Amino acid sequence: MSKILENLRYADSHEWVSLEDGIATVGITDYAQHALGNIVYVDMPEVGDEVTAGEEFGAVESVKAASDLISPVSGEVLEINEELEDSPELLNEDAFANWIMKVKVSDASEIDNLLDAAAYSKICEE
Amino acid sequence: MEENLIKTCLHDRHVSQGALMSPFGGFDMPIQYDSITQEHNAVRQNVGVFDVSHMGEVRVKGKQAYDFVSHIFVNDVTGAPDGQIFYGMMCYENGGTVDDLLVYKVNDQEYFLVINAANIDKDVAWIKKNAEGFDCTVEDESPKYGEVAVQGPKAEETVERVLGIDCRDIAFYNFKTFEIDGEEIIVSRTGYTGEDGFEIYGSHDYIRRVWDKLMEAGVQPCGLGCRDTLRFEVGLPLYGDELADDITPIEASLSMFVKLDKPGFIGKEALAAQKAEGVKRRIVGIELAGSAVPRHGYPVLAGGEKVGEITTGYKSISTGKSVAMAMIDKPYDKLGTEVEVQIRKKTFPGKVVKKRFYDKNYKK
Repeated sequence: MSKILENLRYADSHEWVSLEDGIATVGITDYAQHALGNIVYVDMPEVGDEVTAGEEFGAVESVKAASDLISPVSGEVLEINEELEDSPELLNEDAFANWIMKVKVSDASEIDNLLDAAAYSKICEE
Repeated sequence: MEENLIKTCLHDRHVSQGALMSPFGGFDMPIQYDSITQEHNAVRQNVGVFDVSHMGEVRVKGKQAYDFVSHIFVNDVTGAPDGQIFYGMMCYENGGTVDDLLVYKVNDQEYFLVINAANIDKDVAWIKKNAEGFDCTVEDESPKYGEVAVQGPKAEETVERVLGIDCRDIAFYNFKTFEIDGEEIIVSRTGYTGEDGFEIYGSHDYIRRVWDKLMEAGVQPCGLGCRDTLRFEVGLPLYGDELADDITPIEASLSMFVKLDKPGFIGKEALAAQKAEGVKRRIVGIELAGSAVPRHGYPVLAGGEKVGEITTGYKSISTGKSVAMAMIDKPYDKLGTEVEVQIRKKTFPGKVVKKRFYDKNYKK
């Protein structure tokens, strides 16, 4: 059974978001890391890139395949988690503790379109 | 979508052991049980077992079995002792590859061909069509056989101790048949991992008993995921990636298996001409700087122009390097040539290297 945190919002493409002071922290869920298996590379955006809700902003590579990362919010990338460049396996160890990017959101109301923990856990059960 | 997939005789074991299942070559096959990395390392360092019952088996029998096999096979089986195995390809007249396969010589009048799962129907039709006029029979025995591959440095000890099969005297690329529980079992020292190991063919019932014994003994079950990472690291081709209808063995850098000095075989003229004139493209290795992962179909660039495509790529589990096999146009195939691989929106620098990323550990 995958771990789901109560205080986060979720995309059905298995990213999580927390929003604080207009800055969204984005990562992949425990369910996603488990489904992917051993993660060997994270293709991250660059600081300053514009990302758009519902569109690809990078990829996570497991041994076998690459999976697109879909941004749950729109805005400008403020920071990426450089630790993942050398240690992508951190996502397997704790997907919620190891965020991928921080975004200065252009429309904070977009987060209302995302799932809460209860709704997301239903998707994971399907 | 999956209703027509064939189940191997070990399918119920895979499902009850919780394997991740996926379609492969028309079969519902296990991709991984635990993790690809764990299974890969078990084979490199210890021992693992694969269900390879999806592979096809074709028996060629009759007075002209030798002549016929020589006619359709690019390698040369002439003068081989009974019990020897050859790797090679069957080619079309234009040199393109029908399939790569193992040929087991039972005797001059009987050969046992092991072909790729995805190609069984195509191969059997092609073999039968070309057998017209030869005094031999061609029998597709694929449904009859189950097969497991026991691979790794401890394979010999495992097969002897757990299965009670006396295999230590079987030489590399040789096989023996055993009478076990009243049926004939084929055991060969072959595999697709670059490690020592054995492939065991028998009835569905026998192969189920073999699997259960290996599981009881704690042998790591391995899926097709690590079968691919293992064969890739030692530069072995996979039909569909490095070989195809429109890729010749010469282009696949497998010339050593094409014996142009033997009498006529299908595709010989085209392959000889290609060898004499030189190929326009061929399979090479590429090593990338950094750890982005090159995948099948990604473009390879030189000076901004596309000069080839990745055929298989991984972040190698054994070496940690991002490496690939790729089909590259001449003259960019030369060792040391600097190229770039496009991975999604970015390009990553790399260089052409030998396509063996990890040394084989065969017991010869």
